[in-house]
Amino acid sequence: MYIYDQYDHEILRQRVAQFRDQTERYLAGDLSEAEFLPLRLQNGLYVQRLAPMLRINVPYGMLNSTQLRRLARIARDYDKGYCHVSTRQNIQYNWPDLDQVPNILAELAEVEMHGTQSSGNCIRNVTSDQFAGVAPDEIVDPRPYCEIVRQWSSFHPEFAFLPRKFKIAISGSEMDRAAIQVHDIGLQLVRNGSGEIGFKVLVGGGLGRTPVIASAIREYLPQEHLLTYLEAILRVYNLHGRRDNKYKARIKILVRAMGAETFAEAVEQEWQHLKDAPSTLRREDIERAKSYFTEPDYQNLDDASAQAQLEQQASDNIAFGKWLSRNVRQHRVDGYAAVTLSLKPTGIAPGDITDTQLEHIANLAERYSFAEVRTTHEQNMVLADVKKTELFDLWQEARKLGFATPNIGTLTDIICCPGGDFCSLANAKSIPVAEAIQRQFEDLDYVYDLGDLDLNISGCMNACGHHHVGHIGVLGVDKKGQEFYQVMLGGNAGNKASLAKVLGPAFEAEEMPEVVQKVVNVYLENRTEEELFIDTYQRIGIAPFKERVYAKAS
Amino acid sequence: MPKLVKDGAIIEDTWQRLDKPEGEAAEVRVPEGQVIVPLSVWQAQREQLQARSDIGVWIDSDESAYDLGNDAQSLPLVAVNFPAFMDGRAFSTARLIRERFGFNGELRAVGGFIRDQLCYLSRCGVNAFRFDDDNADLEKAQQSLADFTEFYQAGVDQPQPLFRRRA
Ligand code: SF4
Repeated sequence: MYIYDQYDHEILRQRVAQFRDQTERYLAGDLSEAEFLPLRLQNGLYVQRLAPMLRINVPYGMLNSTQLRRLARIARDYDKGYCHVSTRQNIQYNWPDLDQVPNILAELAEVEMHGTQSSGNCIRNVTSDQFAGVAPDEIVDPRPYCEIVRQWSSFHPEFAFLPRKFKIAISGSEMDRAAIQVHDIGLQLVRNGSGEIGFKVLVGGGLGRTPVIASAIREYLPQEHLLTYLEAILRVYNLHGRRDNKYKARIKILVRAMGAETFAEAVEQEWQHLKDAPSTLRREDIERAKSYFTEPDYQNLDDASAQAQLEQQASDNIAFGKWLSRNVRQHRVDGYAAVTLSLKPTGIAPGDITDTQLEHIANLAERYSFAEVRTTHEQNMVLADVKKTELFDLWQEARKLGFATPNIGTLTDIICCPGGDFCSLANAKSIPVAEAIQRQFEDLDYVYDLGDLDLNISGCMNACGHHHVGHIGVLGVDKKGQEFYQVMLGGNAGNKASLAKVLGPAFEAEEMPEVVQKVVNVYLENRTEEELFIDTYQRIGIAPFKERVYAKAS
Repeated sequence: MPKLVKDGAIIEDTWQRLDKPEGEAAEVRVPEGQVIVPLSVWQAQREQLQARSDIGVWIDSDESAYDLGNDAQSLPLVAVNFPAFMDGRAFSTARLIRERFGFNGELRAVGGFIRDQLCYLSRCGVNAFRFDDDNADLEKAQQSLADFTEFYQAGVDQPQPLFRRRA
């Protein structure tokens, strides 16, 4: 994991001091509401429906146990004893007091954390794959590059007042788990014919009101040019992105208006001037970044015997077996596995976690996984380096603590934004709908049999719940002051990214569990042996679903 | 006389700035003395104005540094305008003026920018700050220039990114 040196600490200390001063000026009436707005946003502070909301960056999802304990302490001392894992791998506090925020940021700075650029019209926290460094399908570990981009984008003087927010995601594996096709910039690490490392560069993807799959503007960018090329893209966007209408201000609209090819040419032209500038990465700069992400102290383990033991345990204990197949993933290193802790038991808002739970996870991380955890954009947490021989013990502990719901990747592992309960932009509540659907599908065996099924819920068009890329997407809409829910089908995140299609007229909240049940029934009746929901949908199309859901009661 | 912050000091502003013309840019009468003219006026009257040494040019946020281009090098002053402080195009325009077009004179921010942007603006090459608001507290503004003393990225002030300077 990256470790701060005196430079990082100094920069962050200055940032906290700056924001403390800004907050004091605002409270004293010396800084207007309008002027304070972007300043507080760039430190993570929103003013929400009920209270401020503070978003803390978790750089590319990596946390250590010390940081977890500090997050827990902050939840206890400054909030109502819990926080929330967001769909961008970040942590959110829903009830801090405005005047305490500088103190919270100071506490975070001590453990190398911050809320810098976690909102506002600037370059946001770079996101990545929660299985970075351990996934068997990894081509190159994306984390050193994430850290390089994190430093470059933090406090970037030229790009702090962009037309709109700007999100970068980096994936280093064959399977895209970072949703790079729906980011402003998506970077795919690749190797060229001679084995050298570079990036395929995608631009202009995004969800929100106008969901778009990104366009590739460069098939291979040698790694040393990463920063100058990003700078060229951002400069073209900063100068030419629309500023007259906030709904048309994202880079995807610019790319679409110019055409991807013309946009690529504009970037290329700009880049010709920036290329080979001192921001070009030298071998030693990349090596230095890599030195922070070396392998932990893996032991030489006998995979075959560990595997045999696991199989035995799984057949002795069906519940363990289910957990094993849903919540545990293959690891690159023999004898190890990656475990997802579910933060989605029924009845808890997806991604919510209490102070004591955070501390329990810190304990688990220390005991089983080199004291590190990762947050996921599906709003769960991952212990990435667990010995297979210890999985059974871990499962028993996690189960007692409520983190072992074997629902990862299933229908009840719902991605859900905070929605109308917290968010001032919401058209409708999202959490109660998630809960109602979870209750409809309480039978774990049934859910387990359904297999991979992503259900994503957003409370408005801003799409924080990524509803466009859910196999089943749910969008809260407002009709004459009443909350309704639009259902979409067929979205997909990852390599085969696709955007969901609207099923038909929206529903009331009470109807939602039944509607989802009908959709699931159509799948069950039509699926072949090996088909997942998305496969069946792609084969039979939306019509049979539509027919069933909107059939007149006879 | 109104004041501004230049090179970290508070001094009197001896320049006057012409608004964008309502009519033809070629028709605008540019007065005597130190005058900052809109880019359109510069373009329309380049021949005459080039003969003077007391002409500066201001670039609005929807205008391009490329339209001034290398002309910048012959000018004593170039200004970048903020119609509103959230309009961040001036940050890029300033860098282009300095880094692409090699301008070494006074690069001035004008318009509705705020104190909290000074540190970043100076990293983009701006060395003079003339607030629209004549009552702005320039001493406080001066202090904001030092909000940060260390930076990750390359800038006009420090062309070497931190990763090349780290021990
Ligand atoms: S999708 Fe809308 S309601 Fe949900 S968190 Fe985002 S802005 Fe708020």
